[in-house]
Amino acid sequence: MTVMEQRGAYRPSPPPGWQPRTDPEPLLPDAEPYRVLGTDAAKEVDPGLLRRLYAELVRGRRYNAQATALTKQGRLAVYPSSTGQEACEVAAALVLQERDWLFPSYRDTLAAVARGLDPVQALTLLRGDWHTGYDPREHRVAPLCTPLATQLPHAVGLAHAARLKGDDVVALAMVGDGGTSEGDFHEALNFAAVWQAPVVFLVQNNGFAISVPLAKQTAAPSLAHKAVGYGMPGRLVDGNDVAAVHEVLAAAVRHARAGGGPTLVEAITYRVDAHTNADDATRYRQDTEVETWRGHDPIALLEHELTERGLLDDDGVRAARDAAESMAADLRTRMNQDPPLDPMDLFAHVYAEPTRQLREQRDQLRAELEAEQEGPHR
Amino acid sequence: MTTVALKPATMAQALTRAMRDAMAADPTVHVMGEDVGTLGGVFRVTDGLVEEFGEARCTDTPLAEAGILGTAVGMAMYGLRPVVEMQFDAFAYPAFEQLISHVSRMRNRTRGAMPLPLTLRVPYGGGIGGVEHHSDSSEAYYMATPGLHVVMPATVADAYGLLRAAIASDDPVVFLEPKRLYWSKDSWNPEEPPAVEPIGRAVVRRSGRSATLITYGPSVPVCLEAAEAAREEDLDLEVVDLRSLVPFDDETVCASVRRTGRAVVVHESGGFGGPGGEIAARVTEACFHHLEAPVLRVAGFDIPYPPPMLERHHLPGVDRILDAVGRLQWEAES
Repeated sequence: MTVMEQRGAYRPSPPPGWQPRTDPEPLLPDAEPYRVLGTDAAKEVDPGLLRRLYAELVRGRRYNAQATALTKQGRLAVYPSSTGQEACEVAAALVLQERDWLFPSYRDTLAAVARGLDPVQALTLLRGDWHTGYDPREHRVAPLCTPLATQLPHAVGLAHAARLKGDDVVALAMVGDGGTSEGDFHEALNFAAVWQAPVVFLVQNNGFAISVPLAKQTAAPSLAHKAVGYGMPGRLVDGNDVAAVHEVLAAAVRHARAGGGPTLVEAITYRVDAHTNADDATRYRQDTEVETWRGHDPIALLEHELTERGLLDDDGVRAARDAAESMAADLRTRMNQDPPLDPMDLFAHVYAEPTRQLREQRDQLRAELEAEQEGPHR
Repeated sequence: MTTVALKPATMAQALTRAMRDAMAADPTVHVMGEDVGTLGGVFRVTDGLVEEFGEARCTDTPLAEAGILGTAVGMAMYGLRPVVEMQFDAFAYPAFEQLISHVSRMRNRTRGAMPLPLTLRVPYGGGIGGVEHHSDSSEAYYMATPGLHVVMPATVADAYGLLRAAIASDDPVVFLEPKRLYWSKDSWNPEEPPAVEPIGRAVVRRSGRSATLITYGPSVPVCLEAAEAAREEDLDLEVVDLRSLVPFDDETVCASVRRTGRAVVVHESGGFGGPGGEIAARVTEACFHHLEAPVLRVAGFDIPYPPPMLERHHLPGVDRILDAVGRLQWEAES
């Protein structure tokens, strides 16, 4: 056959091995953040759920205020407040069943508390008497995670393991907008989609990674769009509309539980306080911006909906505030007591059995402490 | 008396057998990593596991080391015992954050409520003609991280016994497999593999009276060869195989050095900031009055691992070990 004849036989065709792409359309996030409050969809929501969400939001706001105050009083080493983000924190906790798992970041103590954790235990890391103050298996709350996004692959692995064991367990993992730039975010989403693990990723896009705004973090159309590249659905939701966040997360949890695989949810919210008590937010943002967001406050949005519809009266507001105050008073009292500290704990949990070298170091510290008791060096 | 039919086995086969036996004995043991399934691993160490136990328990993961170890952490949190393979020493570095910030600390962070039984298998070290990033001795990074056990087999029997012990351990274990010993052979009884060795005990591989060679992993056979060669110079060298850097067996090491009065630490890892400095310091602190000479180190040079055509100059060999032994101030002996 001549070259010309071969050319004649040639027909354009896709490269061998090429697979028709899956349709990305069903995975694409909403064009605008999904909202419920103030829309017709709000009337579909169980009023009992709305009241419960309201009570949790009020309690959550008070918890944030109390923890911030305790930090100023030196009772906490540091507190990354979630003031303004309570809708995400509360909804994340409430959509989960008892057997499900929550994977919080360091800003998500409120979600852990809303899940039922004792606030004093939840604050152990930030108080500084230990790194984690609770048994993660007791409430199915993973340790508060400080290295950004590194808890996301844990959520994927745990959910995957549960599915392998045949257990009906969903993991919900929380991360911020800055965390989406981390490699672990990418790897976690990729593993979750490949394994079809029952995981829900909640990104609280609060506008800033400490001082760096989102525009310097990503060029993606939205953070929710990142889901499409992994082959999972992305959802975009108003993060201050607690009914909307609850609905979107609950749907994602149901989807995961039914074997549909992971979902990425981006909740648009705002960190009203500075990054932590050690941060000065006036260096990177205008007060007017903060004020704009105060006008879109999660508690105010829900309160408006509830009072408009006659689902909440002054007594209801007072009851929620009283419950929050008693939580705060209890937290204050208990946090003003010095936590028990045992320096020997430093060596007790490095390994199942302390190594010989650790036993020697423990004995050394014990001797130093005994000498300290006997008075200063002469 | 029944005769035991001994058969030759390689270290790679012993490691495979250890995983197979562990998986058969304990349904929570899961093997995961890159190419560990259908291919059986690039060194064939996971050969046959996917056929025997299925993809759910021997899983080809996406190619992302932090993701592999990070998801393994979550699996261990749920009660599984993951055995994670990193394909090569230098490919394990992306997983360092998970290892250091989570694997090593989970027990401590939770006051013992959440131990993390996880084995991280890493083919490591040089001497196989690997190109860049395929021959690193990364043990110093691991041993500097509290909360990890760091284990290195040097024999076929230890490969089996120590890997079984690592998988059974309730602590995370970094299991460093000397690549160039994968094809080393020994005879064993396949009906009854060697008993599981507890982690943390060094062993005297060769008894001697003149000086102690303290070593581990790929350098153990080199030291044994050096000890044989030293006989020509009427030197009777003892060889201690550490088997683990963490826990470190001070007792066995110091008992040997007190007997011989002289010691050389031998490893492929660079000398500066390498394990040898720690070992020499410990021996000196504990055995000062028994020492006839300073503890010397024979280590890799303090250079990035060399290209394969130059690696023989870098790796501690018999001559370099014997030179160091010769510098142990023998003239001071009366």
